[in-house]
Amino acid sequence: MAVKRTLDVALGTTGLDERGLPVTVPLGFETPGATAVEEAPRLGGEHMLLNIGPQHPATHGVLRLVVELDGEVVVRVIPHVGYLHSGFEKLGEYRHYNQIVPLTDRMDYLAPMANNVCLALAVEKLMGIEITERCKVLRVIACEISRIISHLVWLGTTGIDIGAITPFLWMFQEREKFYNLQEAWTGARLTTSLTRIGGLMADIPDGFEADLRAHCRSLLTVMAEVDRMLTRNGIWAGRTQGIGVLTAEEAINMSMSGAMLRASGVAYDVRKDRPYLDYETYDFEVPIGEHGDVYDRYLVRFEEVLQSVRLLEQALDRLPDGPINVADHRVILPPKHAAMTDMESMIHHFKQVMEGVPAPVGEAYCSIESPKGELGYYFVSDGTAKPVRWRVRPPAFINLSALAKMSQGHLLSDLIAINASVDIVMGEVDR
Amino acid sequence: MNPSADALRRQFGPAIRRVTESCGDTIVTIAPGRIREILAWLKDTPDQVYNYLVDVTAVEYRDAELPLEVVYELFSLDRKVGLRVKAALPKDAPLEVDSVVPLWAGADWLEREVYDMFGITFRGHPDLRRILMWETYAEGHPLRKDFPLRGRFSRSEQVRQALNANPEAHYSLEELGIAEGYHDLPPDMRARLARGERGRIPDATGGR
Repeated sequence: MAVKRTLDVALGTTGLDERGLPVTVPLGFETPGATAVEEAPRLGGEHMLLNIGPQHPATHGVLRLVVELDGEVVVRVIPHVGYLHSGFEKLGEYRHYNQIVPLTDRMDYLAPMANNVCLALAVEKLMGIEITERCKVLRVIACEISRIISHLVWLGTTGIDIGAITPFLWMFQEREKFYNLQEAWTGARLTTSLTRIGGLMADIPDGFEADLRAHCRSLLTVMAEVDRMLTRNGIWAGRTQGIGVLTAEEAINMSMSGAMLRASGVAYDVRKDRPYLDYETYDFEVPIGEHGDVYDRYLVRFEEVLQSVRLLEQALDRLPDGPINVADHRVILPPKHAAMTDMESMIHHFKQVMEGVPAPVGEAYCSIESPKGELGYYFVSDGTAKPVRWRVRPPAFINLSALAKMSQGHLLSDLIAINASVDIVMGEVDR
Repeated sequence: MNPSADALRRQFGPAIRRVTESCGDTIVTIAPGRIREILAWLKDTPDQVYNYLVDVTAVEYRDAELPLEVVYELFSLDRKVGLRVKAALPKDAPLEVDSVVPLWAGADWLEREVYDMFGITFRGHPDLRRILMWETYAEGHPLRKDFPLRGRFSRSEQVRQALNANPEAHYSLEELGIAEGYHDLPPDMRARLARGERGRIPDATGGR
């Protein structure tokens, strides 16, 4: 053994015994003068109460779990949510439809653009507005960039929860590139507020398409590296396979959606089954798992990233020229120069800003496949410019409700892996 | 119009109060007393199979005369069809409906949220507690229209209550029962917990 331990060099000892093996440090009770440790009391049958969170890195925000443990085995989990409750649904009842857009950024803050798109689609369904072709394709791009960003964060943080630091660094490096694109487009990295009712806040900037194509290609390289590093890694598989299993029947019965449902073998994807934004005209696959465990959720999300790259490339190929907003200036603000020079435009501008856009009496539920699962917005209108009720169907909230069932009988360390596999974002769970 | 609406009319007759359509979605309003029966029929009948509960929520209208509505958003994973079922609850009667947790386990947290936000009680729910607001929240049900946007209590009252919050309330009796340390609690605290008085807000005089 040629390498000497630093401490031993510093102390001037070899650190090795006569057989060349490292010298072990004697434990306390073997040292002269120390008394023997009292025999530990028998603990069998006594359950322990363990509180995790709300401030804990492995709970991905302010989730609090009260855990009943038998030794290291989880007997029961009682989740407590609501620490980030902001009353968004109540706030929405006091706001014009366009003023709700910034609230949606702050719900699933790992995929804000997807939330913006869902809001716009729901209100447009309520108002019966048909958006332009270019706007549809740009919204698809926004949704798929969001999916990639969200899944990269998920993969990185889940790796950390299970003890793998490297994927986290790689994933965040890649995510940064997409965040830069998002920032170039919307002016913000987190609070994008991309959509407006009937269109978008802005068109994509120059060079966006070329950058997006380049980032998609570099993302595939990094994903291949992560695949080599994790998919057939014994530690990764050992920590995730057979953990937190939900069967297909259970997953449907518990209203799971997104990767949580598909990992159990149910091919339900809102993009395929209730198509919006012309998703039925794109060529992409819906990956499903067969075991419904943490490992399958990893595989499903991994494949979804690759499918999102395919979708992005198709969307870039077909991106048509033309306006991003509908031509109706009762819905979309007229250009500023028109509002300053033309009487009619000024009236439209004034009425929209002061009174908002009224929606007809009725109600609409519109859902999209957000990175977390089926994100649905339900609006009820009484004919005024502010909704009577704005309901968010939060996929992370509903998926999290299965945590107690999934983690029963697993080790405490597996509880962390299972919780990570749900892919929660507390802004959306608590709203 | 979704053909399930006609099938429901044939099967349940007067229990189907109204069928409307809005923005392309079919909405069936049913008698609140028969929610579980009708939803079970929709879930299990072979040519309906609305096996996926998308959402449970409630709506209160600005017009105070109108009843509250409990809304069930259903979807059939086999047939790829959605259906919205509503039940109107008049405000002069107790706001109560049967829980659908026996049909869909996923309704558990959704019904808790409706209870928390609107004060609608779900009969037969296994664990009907507040979920987003804390259990000692005393200001009412935030999504009701008579609830002011900034809450019922003044800011100073809210701060006072937060500062006086009872630390016992952070754990329920059920949770404290897990720990061996429960037996080490002071006897009066155990007695209070056993009576179900957990988390009562202490009064202003400082007495507990």
